[in-house]
Amino acid sequence: MSDFSEELIRPTTEDEQAEPCVSSGTGMYFPWLQKRIETVATGGKQEKDFGQTTSACFGFIREALLKHQWQKAAEYMCSYLQILEDSDSNKRQLAPEIIWRLGSEILYYHPNSSVETFNTFADRMKNIGVMNYLKISLQHALYLLHHGLLEDANRNLSQAETWRYGEKSSSQEVLINLIQAYKGLLQYYTWSKKKTELSQLDEDDYAYNSASQTMLSHSWKTSINLCALIQIPGVWDPFVKSYVEMLEFYGDREGAREVLTNYAYDEKFPSNPNAHVYLYSFLKREKAPREKLLSVLKILFQIVPSHKLMLEFHRLLRKSEKEEHRKLALEVLFGVLDFAGCTRNITAWKYLAKYLRQTLMGSHLAWVQEQWNSRKNWWPGFHFSYFWAKNDWKDDKALACEKALVAGMLLGKSCSPGATEEAQWGRFAQKPKQPSWNIGRVFVTRCGSWWSNCSSELCGLEHACWP
Amino acid sequence: MDLEEANEFKERCTQCAAVSWGLTDEGKYYCTSCHNVTERSKEVINTGAIPNTKIQAINRGLKRKRKPEKGWDWYVCEGFQHILCQQAEALQTLGVGPELKDEVLHNFWKRYLQKSKQAYCKNPVYTSRKQATVLEDSPSHSDWDSEPELLSDFSGPSFVESGAESQPDVHTKKPFPTIKASQSETTSVCSGSLDGVEYSLRKDKEIVKMTVPRTLAFCYLSLLWQRETMTLSDLLRFVEEDHIPYINAFQHFPEEMKLYGRDKGIFAIESWPNYEDIYKKVIEMATFLDLPRFPDITEDCYLHPNILCMKYLMEVNLPVEMHDLTCQVVKVTGIGEVDFLTFDPIAKKAKTVKYDVQAVAVIIAALKLLFLLDDNLEWSLSNVAEKYNEGNKEDKPWFDFRKWYQVMKRAIDEKKQKWEEARAKYLWKSEKPLYHSSIDRSVVYKRREMVVSLQKQFSALTDSTPSVEKRSPSSFQFNWTAEDSDRTCFHGHSLEGVLKQKGQSLTTKNSLYWLSTQKFCRSYCKHVTTYEESNFSLSYQFVINLFSFLLRTKPSLLHEEVSLVERRLFKTKYITTKKKSSRSRKVRKS
Repeated sequence: MSDFSEELIRPTTEDEQAEPCVSSGTGMYFPWLQKRIETVATGGKQEKDFGQTTSACFGFIREALLKHQWQKAAEYMCSYLQILEDSDSNKRQLAPEIIWRLGSEILYYHPNSSVETFNTFADRMKNIGVMNYLKISLQHALYLLHHGLLEDANRNLSQAETWRYGEKSSSQEVLINLIQAYKGLLQYYTWSKKKTELSQLDEDDYAYNSASQTMLSHSWKTSINLCALIQIPGVWDPFVKSYVEMLEFYGDREGAREVLTNYAYDEKFPSNPNAHVYLYSFLKREKAPREKLLSVLKILFQIVPSHKLMLEFHRLLRKSEKEEHRKLALEVLFGVLDFAGCTRNITAWKYLAKYLRQTLMGSHLAWVQEQWNSRKNWWPGFHFSYFWAKNDWKDDKALACEKALVAGMLLGKSCSPGATEEAQWGRFAQKPKQPSWNIGRVFVTRCGSWWSNCSSELCGLEHACWP
Repeated sequence: MDLEEANEFKERCTQCAAVSWGLTDEGKYYCTSCHNVTERSKEVINTGAIPNTKIQAINRGLKRKRKPEKGWDWYVCEGFQHILCQQAEALQTLGVGPELKDEVLHNFWKRYLQKSKQAYCKNPVYTSRKQATVLEDSPSHSDWDSEPELLSDFSGPSFVESGAESQPDVHTKKPFPTIKASQSETTSVCSGSLDGVEYSLRKDKEIVKMTVPRTLAFCYLSLLWQRETMTLSDLLRFVEEDHIPYINAFQHFPEEMKLYGRDKGIFAIESWPNYEDIYKKVIEMATFLDLPRFPDITEDCYLHPNILCMKYLMEVNLPVEMHDLTCQVVKVTGIGEVDFLTFDPIAKKAKTVKYDVQAVAVIIAALKLLFLLDDNLEWSLSNVAEKYNEGNKEDKPWFDFRKWYQVMKRAIDEKKQKWEEARAKYLWKSEKPLYHSSIDRSVVYKRREMVVSLQKQFSALTDSTPSVEKRSPSSFQFNWTAEDSDRTCFHGHSLEGVLKQKGQSLTTKNSLYWLSTQKFCRSYCKHVTTYEESNFSLSYQFVINLFSFLLRTKPSLLHEEVSLVERRLFKTKYITTKKKSSRSRKVRKS
């Protein structure tokens, strides 16, 4: 078959037009141009294989970390470290931070790693490049804290605190404050331990005095460390909390109030619900007037309508004499129950059932309507579905009863054709209080029917029993 | 704390890399920008009687004169000579004949020095610019006076032996007059070698400047001259597997040959050699050296396509019977001719055959002849073979393309994965770090130290047994002899299923063929139509990718070579298409 090149007959296939034509205008292809474009994309320099190695290596490390293959990640890490010697100074400067993050992750989880290995790694990384010293020190301290080594962490933070770098950038300043604050937090910890010790001592004990003395000195140091940080806008919950506790312990109520008010109301600070919670509980401890408490909670209501303090807010509002407060009390309850996390909060339902009745009896039907109008489209499906009826009844009968009661009041109107709305609401308003077990029993007999049916039954029952 | 006093301390700060030093009260240097205090202190000999300032003044005077690092005086070309010498020795340990180093490579190198006017000529480039007079009475040069004449009758493989001196002791012989490089002290740019700065600035168009990749061109030229059993792709693979010094070859220089500054740009390499690049450099270098025609590549040479085809058939686990077909292709295309294969740099147009790529292209063409590789025929032929093999368990099994694909796919994927991992783990940096100027020195060394200690720490966390043991060098990357259940060896399988009797000889059952390309650029670029992967069948892509991985070349290069083989194979077809200007992709053959 040496002659297979002879008879090359013209084929009969149809791919005449499928010819890859190089010279035609539309199909123009310049391989050299492509190459140029590629080099332009990499900043005019062709990437060297060294760069390929490090980026491939980085990919492998990332993959290993995601799959929790610490051993494998450590293997690739050995090779990745050479990026510290990259001839590209940009990459070289970014490298220490990347290495620190990858390395600390590996050392944190690696089964053969120990606190000592982590310490040596952290100490080495701190001294590569100047910009990472504080960040690494802080993370190192957190690692030590995580392992319960408070002494070491404290020493570490003290070292970092005294470290100086010529031209401090602003970001570094914040870091120094943060380091000081963490140190303060550690001091707070010893202080609060001392406090419990002290509470066990007798006041006449000779040890009492010295103990309270050391406590005092601790608190003094702590407050210095903490107060610098909490002046800077940010979220500093644990620091603020411990600082306030110490201030309160030594009777500096004004100071504590100032700190908390500043933390909650300063506009430079990011919106932080906890700031208002702390302020509220402080004011409550102080037995501040109701007006003040309400104003704090009002802001919290605007930020987090589902906060667990909202029920307390509702109670306060309910007791208020002002009309608008009482209206708000209803709004708050509805607001709480809008959230999926609160759907099974029995207290909220109980309050709503009770307060709805109260509102209607106080002939504030408009308030209810206002709240209901925006919810009537989705609450029936959200709260009063058949599914929920069954589940609630199975898990928590009391909850089911409360919900049934509310549903009866809110949905009832649509179930009694003929009756005008006002009349319907009005009738409810005049109902005497029902024993809940009664409704429950009715409910259980109708368990298989829809919520709306239930509620209409309820209505019927109510008519029957209390004409 | 006098800033003036610390001016002579020029190293970079290890913390912030600034060069701004002050003196502490204890006489230690501290960085004025980051306040980092060093271990180094001013050398104060005796503080007793002499006032402080005076001592400092004395010290300053002494320090200024100190050179950053003092080693031997050496030239850049000596560095390359050292690398070449190491590479030749490495090739010898790989089993290449001993003549390669002393007789071939050494002579090529001497010829290069002569051609580039660095030695063995009347007016070497080093002396012509500055101190031409030194040349005359330089005692070390006299031994070499007779060399140029000896080299002039340079012809054939029997090179002239250059006397008693042999390669290794590079540093002891000094073919060049020693010029005290005083300019490196005064200017900020400097180098460890005497002519590093000058060398990197030299831009002589006529002279092919020596670079590290060109050392591989030298190696390949000598291998080719000796007709050794090593192809270019093998050579580059050995480089990649660290069997031949290339990356960081400078770190094996003698301790006294100091490298820094401009030497970094000359000797530091951060990429693996690339097939096409080295191939180009081979031709360029051979032309520059004005080498005569190389020894003939005859049928019994390793580089002859018939032998290489056999090698690659074994490598990729194809039946040995295919060799008959590849031999026929070689015969028809005429690529087995001595004149075609032999490299002749002084011919009108110097070009050498890419022996390995061409042999692989022949195999691919043969596969296309047998199986068409259109994502259709090869599978239906596989069905037939499978059925036959099931029915006839005793006979020699028919070659089943599908099974072969499955086995090869798995094998190559595994190999590729390992290769990628090895590349990602490759350590590029030498133990001897290079730096640009002496003020960088301490920083660079410190960084190196840091990397080493960190590496030590992380390697303690890995398995005690290194996962990638250094493989012993082999020209084969696969081993198919082991009869493994999931690594079937297809060498013994028969092609009966795809061949048929036709008169006296056998011919392929498949009578169709498709050409990889129809048109070749006729312009000066000599470029074959580009390989756009998605235009081709999946089996063709697989085969191309398989081989291009084995050769570590780009798929497009291989595709181009396949097109060239096809052009020779179906010459008549190409002529007719040109005449009729028809555009057909499928051609029928007998």
